[in-house]
Amino acid sequence: MSDLTDLYQAVILDHNKRPRNRGRLPTATRVASGDNPTCGDNCTVYLRMEGDRIAEISFDGSGCAISQASASFMTTQVKGRTADEATARFAEFKDIVTTGRQPEDFSEVAAFAGVHAFPARIKCATLSWHAAIDALKQPDQPLQS
Amino acid sequence: MSSVFPDLRPHFPALHQTVNGKPLVYLDNGATSHKPRAVIDALVRYYERDNSNVHRGLHALSMRSTDSFEAARARVAAFIHAQDQAEIVFVRGTTEAVNIVARGLGAQLKPGDVVLTTEMEHHSNLVPWQQVAKATGATLCYVPVLGADGEGGLDLAALDTLLTPQVKVFAFTHISNTLGTINPAAELCRRARAVGALTVIDAAQSIGHEPLDVQALGCDFLAFSGHKMCGPTGIGVLYGRRALLDAMAPDETGGGMVVSVDYQGARWKPSPERFEAGTPHVAGAVGLAAAMDYIDAVGRESIAAHDHELAAYARQRLAEIPGMRILGPTAGQPRAGIVSFALGDAHAHDVVTFADQDGIALRGGHHCNQPLMRKLGLPSTARASFYLYNTREEIDVLAASLLKIQKFFAG
Ligand SMILES: Cc1ncc(COP(=O)(O)O)c(C=O)c1O
Repeated sequence: MSDLTDLYQAVILDHNKRPRNRGRLPTATRVASGDNPTCGDNCTVYLRMEGDRIAEISFDGSGCAISQASASFMTTQVKGRTADEATARFAEFKDIVTTGRQPEDFSEVAAFAGVHAFPARIKCATLSWHAAIDALKQPDQPLQS
Repeated sequence: MSSVFPDLRPHFPALHQTVNGKPLVYLDNGATSHKPRAVIDALVRYYERDNSNVHRGLHALSMRSTDSFEAARARVAAFIHAQDQAEIVFVRGTTEAVNIVARGLGAQLKPGDVVLTTEMEHHSNLVPWQQVAKATGATLCYVPVLGADGEGGLDLAALDTLLTPQVKVFAFTHISNTLGTINPAAELCRRARAVGALTVIDAAQSIGHEPLDVQALGCDFLAFSGHKMCGPTGIGVLYGRRALLDAMAPDETGGGMVVSVDYQGARWKPSPERFEAGTPHVAGAVGLAAAMDYIDAVGRESIAAHDHELAAYARQRLAEIPGMRILGPTAGQPRAGIVSFALGDAHAHDVVTFADQDGIALRGGHHCNQPLMRKLGLPSTARASFYLYNTREEIDVLAASLLKIQKFFAG
């Protein structure tokens, strides 16, 4: 299982074991959730916007190592960016996980290129990104408790 | 055990392949089983020789197809010990069968009535009843599952309070596809009948694995799929007591199920045609009958013993792995050939993907049993499920692979 070990070992296991920006964000102004109905995975993304910019972001939910690591990674990629920049980042990420193309920059993402060899798992990798893009489309309002 | 139980693997063409460079170890029989050569041949023979529409032609091929279709119905009736062939309705599978009964009985339900089911049902035997309860105002109640790992099975003591005269229908699974629990179906039917409730058994996991006799069970309806018992996909059976089927409105209407039609309306045929609108899956029925012949040639008693023994061995081998949490019956309790488990920090998806690299086919997820998984506090589990061609050696391969996965995620 060498390909697989490579896939998991690099960045993914690290993000899975020590997730960044995990937990509910009390100051969030936008929230969206996504589910993967085949496996019951779910992910909620919390955003606090400052103008068009993502000032703070967090996620929670449960899922496999790939979905958890991808969510953690996603938060580090879009924090501080505008909605358009985040959307562009997602387009690039999606392209990498579906084609396996090795990116030129944005080096951590290379670990996720391995996902393309496991088509059943691509949805796991994109779940949190979809939730983040959904959240970006919401109007600002205080988080319901 | 292998000395008394025959090696059936040569009969199953799909088992003889490699996956990711390893010999296939197929342990996803709870989802669907592989098909023996005898079933594949029956399908090919039907299409090559008899293929024609049933019940409506007078030519030779149509009569031959009709004969094969009705012979398959008789074969099913004998397989489950139905009193009458008219009690066998061919459907797509368990899901369709439950939907027909739920909507058919639903027409007689009203607010204040209770539909009783259990906390261990597959979505197929749960969501149709939820829909019927919503549409009719009837209340849906659940028999609890006991134990932090579901090891206690159904709470039979709670049945006394749950089975009130308001209960009109009690729908339950014979074998849990998640826990491997074998429910005392005959006792459940008897207790339901005592309060006047009709019983519906989901036999998806028991048919083809255990001896099954609808008379001995005393059920009113029973549903199963062909594909989990060596048969083709797309064919299954709704069994119902004849008087009940004849009193029930059809779910689908159209050709083949009417006695006469005019521009104002139509009159229904009796069961089974009433519930078989349109051209049925004739080849599927023929293949299902071949699967039943195959299974009975092996013997359902010995298949059950083989399944139970593999499950017990798997339970024992898996329990040796650190951090392993196994759902369902404890060691020594009866267990069908199903073992669901959670492996420490490793998510079920990751386990299934890793096992696949070793050629092992497992199922990972909520097993169409989301409410139960939530109750047990698990987002998902991995599941190994066994059938007549599996071996102890395959379980050793599984145990070795899982140990490797455990080390990887713990490290
Ligand atoms: C207990 C149980 N009930 C119902 C079903 C549904 O069967 P089908 O998808 O063939 O309709 C299954 C199969 O997954 C099952 O395990």
